[in-house]
Order: sequence, then structure tokens, then C-alpha cells
Amino acid sequence: MSLTTQPRSRRETGVDPSPLGMPLPHGLASVPRLDPDGPAPTRKDYASDQEVRWCPGCGDYIILNTVQAFLPALGLRKENIVFVSGIGCSSRFPYYLDTFGMHSIHGRAPAIATGLATARPDLSVWVVTGDGDALSIGGNHLIHALRRNVNLTILLFNNRIYGLTKGQYSPTSEQGKITKSSPVGSVDTPFNPVSLALGAEATFVARSLDNDRAHLGEILKAAAAHRGTALVEIYQNCPIFNDGAFDAIKDRDQQAARLVHLVHGEPVRIGAEPSRQVLVRVADGALRFVAEAEAAGAGEVVVHDAHADDPSQQFALSRLDGAGMTQVPMGIFRQVERPTYDDGVRAQIDAAVTTAGGPADDADLHALLAGKDTWTVE
Amino acid sequence: MALPWSAAGYPATSEVTMTNDTVTRPAPTRLRRVVIRFAGDSGDGMQLTGDRFTAETAGVGNDLSTLPNFPAEIRAPQGTLPGVSSFQLHFADHDVLTPGDAPDVLVAMNPAALKANLADLPRGATLIVDTDEFSARNLAKVGYAASPLTDGSLDSWHLHPVPLTSITVEALAGFETLSRKDKERAKNMFAFGLLSWMYSRPMETTKAFLQSKFGAKPDILAANIAAMEAGWSYGETTESFATAYEVAPAPMPSGTYRNITGNTALAYGLVAGAHRAGLRLVLGSYPITPASDILHTLSGLKRFGVMTLQAEDEIAGIGIALGASFGGALGVTSTSGPGLALKAETIGLAVSLELPLVIIDVQRGGPSTGLPTKTEQADLLQAMFGRNGEAPVPIVAPRSPADCFDAAIEAVRIATAYRTPVVVLSDGYLANGSEPWNLPDIAALPDLTVEFATERNGVDESGRPAFHPYARDPKTLARPWAVPGTAGLEHRIGGIEKADITGNISYDPDNHQRMTDLRQAKVDGIASTIAPLAVDDPSGDADVLVIGWGSTYGPIAAAAREVRAGGGRVATAHLRHLAPFPANTGDIVRGYRRVLVPEMNGGHLALLLRARFLIDAQSYARVRGLPFTTGELVDAILATTESA
Ligand code: SF4
Repeated sequence: MSLTTQPRSRRETGVDPSPLGMPLPHGLASVPRLDPDGPAPTRKDYASDQEVRWCPGCGDYIILNTVQAFLPALGLRKENIVFVSGIGCSSRFPYYLDTFGMHSIHGRAPAIATGLATARPDLSVWVVTGDGDALSIGGNHLIHALRRNVNLTILLFNNRIYGLTKGQYSPTSEQGKITKSSPVGSVDTPFNPVSLALGAEATFVARSLDNDRAHLGEILKAAAAHRGTALVEIYQNCPIFNDGAFDAIKDRDQQAARLVHLVHGEPVRIGAEPSRQVLVRVADGALRFVAEAEAAGAGEVVVHDAHADDPSQQFALSRLDGAGMTQVPMGIFRQVERPTYDDGVRAQIDAAVTTAGGPADDADLHALLAGKDTWTVE
Repeated sequence: MALPWSAAGYPATSEVTMTNDTVTRPAPTRLRRVVIRFAGDSGDGMQLTGDRFTAETAGVGNDLSTLPNFPAEIRAPQGTLPGVSSFQLHFADHDVLTPGDAPDVLVAMNPAALKANLADLPRGATLIVDTDEFSARNLAKVGYAASPLTDGSLDSWHLHPVPLTSITVEALAGFETLSRKDKERAKNMFAFGLLSWMYSRPMETTKAFLQSKFGAKPDILAANIAAMEAGWSYGETTESFATAYEVAPAPMPSGTYRNITGNTALAYGLVAGAHRAGLRLVLGSYPITPASDILHTLSGLKRFGVMTLQAEDEIAGIGIALGASFGGALGVTSTSGPGLALKAETIGLAVSLELPLVIIDVQRGGPSTGLPTKTEQADLLQAMFGRNGEAPVPIVAPRSPADCFDAAIEAVRIATAYRTPVVVLSDGYLANGSEPWNLPDIAALPDLTVEFATERNGVDESGRPAFHPYARDPKTLARPWAVPGTAGLEHRIGGIEKADITGNISYDPDNHQRMTDLRQAKVDGIASTIAPLAVDDPSGDADVLVIGWGSTYGPIAAAAREVRAGGGRVATAHLRHLAPFPANTGDIVRGYRRVLVPEMNGGHLALLLRARFLIDAQSYARVRGLPFTTGELVDAILATTESA
């Protein structure tokens, strides 16, 4: 018998190195692909038989629909997709997808997913988490997954409240927020998840909005294609405990004036014609939106560079929005390539096994147990 | 004079008289057993010296047992009592069960080492001290008003005052490239050479060891070897060391042996278990004393496909292991008591998920940080009950350093066959202690082949084929292990109560009762696959049963042997499985008038035996951070026998 280097059930199938037409290295490069000539899966194939139990009107429904509609486009075998979640409303997500799934414990999904993704390069591993799950009880696992750059995609549903425990302030709730546990207002300073991720050495950081299905779909596509940890913050409305938290940027009249759509290689703009403004770096280094016509005289126009290795400008963009949600950046803040943790772990093992001339057998194990100092008793 | 390793491999020990130019030596005196303790400052290399002496002793064919004892601080202030590190070795021409109650020989490298260890040294025993270290300043550091070497306070011992440091430096006079400090550092090898002469140990393998350690630094290598030779010659030529001793090989079952510590044996057992199961071993671990050596050892075994992920914390360590198990690997996490506390919630999740997982707890003194480098058995109840809800977990405990190998394989067997987390309770003594190990035949190790689920195993409400993740094997009650990547078996598991069979979320009261019962029945059922509890009762009519678990095996067996040698009658039994207990445990403990339970905790097993079997078990519970001595257990047994 030999030591298997892969679980026996893993099938080595031909892999299209470039699903979604993205350049290598691709986040799904080692995951088996569907037969291109076979029947194309539909969104229905990804819906489980379980009744969805979020409150009516919850933003989670739209996200679920978007993900169910998006997954067939990955072209993967659904048995090679795994959703791992923690605890919270959003963490019920895996039950509603007909893939492999684990609804784990509070905050720990990134750690569990790290073990899974490292042991199994043939899986597309997704983490579904919330602001309390990922940023409070699980903050440590989140930042370490990001710095290690494990090949997984983390969807962080940010509703700025604890929903499942019925309405306490969360680490993303605004200061002064009145909740059940902060009757005279929260004194906590909130996290900005995008800033946090950028500070934690993340290689892919994006933000989207629950009800903008087209935008979310695009972001998910890029996140899945990213090799390494992709963090997608999704602003999600909780109509029960924090209704309207994102109304200011959902309202069609106000949206254009408040959203900053980040596009790599493009100037950073806000607003619609004729009052469109562009972001410039003024003399003292600060970033300021000015009318497009006046940009030339005001300073250097800021062009978004999501691929820049130095995250300083990406970080500055993540800080544009204050408490008032007046200039909210959406899209991909950062998208850089860096060797992934799981590839590194596997490469070390492969190198050791190759150097030794193949998988270890009984004789190799015996030699290990014997070590260097043995003696014989007749 | 022939160098010891260039001579015929082994110093002459027969009736032949060894001679050299100046002294005529009698043949070595035969001894049946010897206990040596090397003690010095943390920086004096006592652990290395002890390890090497152990290796040579093992090579001679003696049976042996070791007890390293070192401070939690990496380098406590030099020359102080907290900085004392020691290594005790017991070797004999018969089977050795413990590292020995009290040393026959104490090597004290400084006043602190003398002061910290003298109380353990029986009067008349041999004491070798490095007189160079007995300066006024060093004496003052440990509160000696006058030098014990000269004030007569050591008159009851056989004192050898040796200026170890200065002789070493002198012997290395020719090494011009080395500083005085470098030369002084070799004094442990001088002491090693001296003791090797005294006890007729060959030094070849240590020479080879030094070569591999210092091969890149030829000066240091040569100096260490020269210091070693000088120590040997010093013993041979100095009047005060009149006699050398020898201890004949112990009769041991035939086979190839090596010396092994508990942590190494555990790591190797996990690798062997994974090998026999055909699974990849994935360790998720956070560094913690005294378990870190398991992480170190496994991280060097990439050639065996072993993945080690050093996690950001204890919780992530077990989370990584559980994630890997979900993916079809053998997930393992290693820790000590404080880490086990942090992992409790994830162990509960693994109980609910019913996935294989091995949790190694190398117990240390507690509560809280406690005594990180000292041994204790006070995590038994934590392992058994330390989770929310009804969360039964099998517990396996090794009883000696080499037995850690078999215990690890047993844990892998239970985890994979029953799809359950398993706790292995080792401890600080087993972790760092060592003994000879008869190497196993790999092919004869248990076949732990695992079958993953490949097919749908039921039908849904409308009669279509479906996969039921909680449909159980009727014999083991284990659920199918269906790993991602298996078409048609897509399913969701989690920590919310599962519906029997389908695994869907269920809040149904009857279902919760049923699932709770099933999880308990599954663990209880393991008892049908483990050996019945064996009793050692040579007289056949003992009134007292001494029952223990884990690392107390050696001291209990040694004490029973001594009681029996003195004409006493006592029975012993030792538990490898704490959960479930072997099926006959109740019958056995109820069969004796008195049951004595020695444990290095507050009486955990005694509490369990009382509760489970309604017997008046008597607890002998001590938490001194050290293994029991044979002597104290003899006293405890005799006291119990008298009252029986
Ligand atoms: S509490 Fe809020 S977040 Fe949770 S399900 Fe209800 S609406 Fe959604």
C-alpha cells in the first residue's frame, strides 16, 4: 500500500486552464470542469430542496438568487463547489444551494475553509459570512486568511447589525446607533471592512450592493477567477433590525450622486452629467472631488489602479466614504497576484515526494520509525 | 590508551583488568540498575547530555526510562534556582518501569543545580560537582552562606569535587581559534565522557551525532570530541574514581529497537495510522508547550505527504483539521490543556458533523497557564465533559512514551471507523520521557482502510434516488463519509441539530432525543471493539485493585512489583480507553474489596468510577508536576491493603 497524496475519491479530470476567459493563474485552474458538450446546468440545478427561511424582504434573498444564477456560468461540476459558513442569518446560505456545504460555528468558517482548500485543490471553496461573524468573533481568522492568500472566495454580507440574535449593534454599526444593546447609542468605532482587508494584505477586495444584481454578478465572476483569497463585501439590507441602512445609495435619484464606480485604469468619478465630478489629489495630498471641467487646475486626477502592488491609493479610496454615505466606492478596490498559501503548502509536499522518488511506501515508513540509532535484540 | 570508540567498539568489561601507564584498574563492578541525574543551568546542555547518555545506554541493551525536567523560561537568569534544568535516566539489566525515584548519581554543574536537587539524593549516593562554579558570587545567588563543598554539609554523600570547567578548558588549550567561552561550553561533553567511563558506555554514536551536528564547524566538533575523551581519561586515570561499573543488557523480546520519546512516537503513530488508512494527514496546530514537538516532527514529514498548517490560534488549528477531514483527509490537531479549552466548541461541531478528527492533548499542570513544562493528568474531565450539550467523545490514553505510537493508531482507527472526534490524552512526562521501542512491522499494523461513500443511499419523498448523510452503518452507527467532489452526493452539514437519516435541519423534540441517543450509542458501541480490561493479579486473591490510566502505568506497576516482592498481595489494571470504558470494567472494579486510583489530578478517574459503578473507589491524587515515585505508591498501596 502506498500513502495516497489525494483522497481516493478525487478524480483527475482534464481542466480547462482558463474558465471565464481570464488570464492565468486562475482561481479555478485546478477544479474539474463540466464537459463542454454536455447539458449546461441552470440556476435550478443549484437550488437545494430546502425551504428558504429568511425574513420577507431580506437582502439575503437577492444575493442567493444572484449566486444561484451565477454559479452555472462557472462551468464547474457542482460536486466540486463547497460553501462554508459561520453563524448568523447569512450563514444559512449553504443550506439553500445544492452543492457541498458546511454550516459551521461562529466566526470560524475561514479557518475551516483554509483546511479544506489546502487539502483539496480540486474544489472551489466559498465562505459566506456576516459583519458580526467575520469582523467580530471571527476577526482573527479573516485577517489571517487574507494575509495567507488561501484560494477561497469570501462573501461578507454587511447589514451593520446582529440579525439572528435580534438586533444588537455590530462592528460595522455606525457610532451612536440605538439598538437593543445600545439604548443610548453605541460608543464603538466601526470597522470599514474594505480598509481592514487592505490592511491585512488582501490580494482581492471588492464591494457590491445586494440589489444590484448585474454589478454583484460581475464582481463574483472576478472574485471566483482570482487565485487567492477574494473578499467581497456586500451591503445587505436587514428590513427587520436595520431597515434602510443603505437606502441613501439605493434610491435611484440619489444613487448617481453618491456612488463611486471604481473601474481599473479609469479616473475615479462620482455623479452623472452634467454635474459629474472627478477625484483629484490636491496640493496637500488629500483627495477631493471637483467638477470635471475644473480638474486640470485643481490637482492630479486620480486614476484607479486595482493592480498596483502598493495598496496606499486603494486604501485612500476605501476611506472616501464617511458616516454619511455621500461618496461610496463600489467595485474592485484591489486585484493583485501573489502566490497562494495552499499552492505553497502543496508545492513543498510535491517537491519532497518527487525528490524521494514517489509516494512513501511501507519501507519508507519503516526507515522513518527506525531513525538513525537502532540496536537488535536476538 | 585506546580511544573508547576506536577500541573494539565497547570498553572491556569482562574479568580482564584494564591497564594503562599509571593505574591498575579492577574490572568494572556489575550493577543491576542505576539512576543518574544530570543537573545544571538551562544553558549548560543538560538535556543534550542526558539524551546522548540515553542513546549510548540504549545501544548497550539496557532497558531504560528517562525524565527530563526543565523550566518554562528559555533562559532564566544564569546560576539561579529557577534556571536549573535536569535530566534523569534509569537503566537496568531488567525491565524498567519508571525513571527512578531517587538518583544514585547526581551531576551538579553549579551551586543552583546542587541546591535544587540535593533533597532528592539519598545519603550515600554519588555526587559529582563542578567546583569551578562554586564561586562566592554563585553561592550567594542561591543563598549558600558558605560553600557546601567545604563546610561538611555534604559529608553523608560520596562527593567527587571536579574542576570540570577548568579541566575542559585546559584539555582544549590547543584549540587556538576557540574563545574561552567556546571551550567552557564543551564541559557538558567532559561530564558525558566521565560518566561514560564510569558506567562503561561506548561513545561511538555520540561521536557520529556530534559530527552531524557540528560537521560544518570542524573546530567545535573537534573540541567537543576532545572534551569527551578528556572526561573519559579523567575517570580512567584519577584515583578518586576507583571503580567503573557496568550494567548488563536487559532481556528483552527479540527485535530491532530504538529509543523514542512520547511526542515523537505520537507523531509517528499518526503518520502510520494515516498510512494504514490510505488518507492524507493534515495537522492544524498552534505552538504550545509541551505539544509543539509533534508539530515540529510532522512538519518535517512532507515526504510522507503530511500537511502541517501552523494556525493563527488554537481554534483555527482544529478548524483547519476539521475542514481537511470534511475534504476526506485525516484531520489532526495537537495542543495542551489551555488549547483544548479553546477547541471545545469545534470539538462539539465535529460531534454534530460526525467526521473523523484526532485531538492530541499533551497535558500539563493547570489551571490557566499553570506549569507549562510539568506533567499532570487534570484534563480528563475536560476531555470527557468540557463541551456544551451532550457531546460524547472517545478518549484514548497512552501509558508510556513508546505506547504513544499505538495509542495514536488506535485513535485513528476509532476516528475513521466511527466518524468521530477522538481525544488522545498524553502528558508532559510521556511527551519528553523516553524508553526503548521494539519497532513494529508496518504490514502487521491494523488495516484501517476507509471507504468513502460513492453512491446515493436512499430515496427522497418522491421516490427518487437521494443521498442521506445521516443514514448509519447498522453495526458501527457511523454515517457515510461523503467527500466533496463525489457527484450525486452533494449535501449540507452543520452544527444545527440534524434530522435522523436526511441530515436536514430539525428542531423536532423527538428527533433531538433520538439523535442525542444515537451519538451516545455510537461512542458506547466502540467498547465492543476494544480489548477487555486486563487484571494483573499474580496471587489471584488480592483484596486491593490499583487502577490507573495514562502515564501512571510505570510507577503503579513498579510499586505493585515492590509490594509483591515484600510478600504483599495487590492487583493492578490500567485503562487505555477512558471513553468508552472496556465492557468488563464494572465487573472488575466491583470484584475487589478496595479500589485505589492513583492519578496526577484531583481524582478524576476515581470520580468517574464512583459515579459509573457505584463503588467506593479511593483516590490517591497528587499534582506536583512530576510523575509519581514508586515509593509513594508503595506506601499508598500498603496503607490501602492494611485497611482492606
Ligand atoms: S433578521 Fe435581518 S438579516 Fe436576518 S433574515 Fe431577517 S431580515 Fe434578514
